[in-house]
Amino acid sequence: MTGPHVLDRRAVVAAPEAARDVTIGRIFAAFLLIGATSFGGGVIAHLRTNLVARRRWVDDKTFLELLAIGQTVPGLIAVNLAILVGDRLHGVAGAIAAIAGLCLPGAALMYGVAIGYRLNGERVLLAAGLEGVAAAALGLIVATTFQLGRKSLTQPSDLAFILLTIAGVNRLHLSEPLVLVVVGLLAICWNRPR
Amino acid sequence: MKAIPTLVRVFASLSLLTLGGGMAAFPELKHQTVDVHRWLTPSQLDYLFSVGQMAPGPNMMMIASIGEWVAGLPGAIAVVIAFLAPTSALVFIVGRLWIRLAKWRWMTAIQRGLRPVAIGLLLAGCVTFGQGAVTDWITAFVAMVAFVIVLRSRINPAFVVMAGAIVGVLVYLR
Repeated sequence: MTGPHVLDRRAVVAAPEAARDVTIGRIFAAFLLIGATSFGGGVIAHLRTNLVARRRWVDDKTFLELLAIGQTVPGLIAVNLAILVGDRLHGVAGAIAAIAGLCLPGAALMYGVAIGYRLNGERVLLAAGLEGVAAAALGLIVATTFQLGRKSLTQPSDLAFILLTIAGVNRLHLSEPLVLVVVGLLAICWNRPR
Repeated sequence: MKAIPTLVRVFASLSLLTLGGGMAAFPELKHQTVDVHRWLTPSQLDYLFSVGQMAPGPNMMMIASIGEWVAGLPGAIAVVIAFLAPTSALVFIVGRLWIRLAKWRWMTAIQRGLRPVAIGLLLAGCVTFGQGAVTDWITAFVAMVAFVIVLRSRINPAFVVMAGAIVGVLVYLR
């Protein structure tokens, strides 16, 4: 994270860590695909597959960094991430194209569901499908988290901060933003410039 | 149509409660839509919420169905925009500040420090999500198979999740 990286940042101030000059149309199409296929949650996993692994618009380290910003600021985490990536790819217009693409399919579907529900009532088969979807989405998110960690965590101390975070949320039942601030500050001090 | 200003006000305030993700706002969303404004019954909200969990895209797009329920298509559009706009503007500004701070000497420390915490929060979310998703050996098996397939292949994860849906339906019909 020294030398060439710093030079690189200076060279392109507007969009340092991402591919540049990706057209609005391609940004909208990419996020629309993610927004239309990420059934059952785990949108972060679909974002990584499409933006990092397939299109290489951002790398794993940048993706994780933007994810951390998205987790810190209020808002839907996937939407926040879409805005940050969209901005880095094509400024304000890129950010708007990314949110629109990501949200349109799900919102349109739920609009349709509301009408269908009023006309027909509940659907049992839908609930049965839901169980399988949730289980598969769980496997998907764990696998993606594993891939993200493998490529961007380099030091043994990282593991300790991961475990502290999980313990804070799942054992002590603290709120996620609180855990993020406390463990985040600890980890930043641990990595302080020397 | 008369309800739209109220919808906008309620969902714009809910937007700011979504610290740590959309789920954080759900208790207040339930309070506002069910108790205060009586737009839906609790069971209607629960149904729309559980279907919304399966819908593609960000997890709170079920708010579009609340908007539709109250004020049709204009209601759905108003609710989604009111819910997304405030935090979107905020994260955009923070993202720009982040770029400006790139040369600050603490930046590397912040980047390195936040990475394991972001991973930890994802895993913590998996634990919470897993407690609801893994209910028997079949769902545990589906989760394991999905994990291995996603890790080992470059297949679009959407197909893995759709296969999960088919297993869920087959088990129900058996």
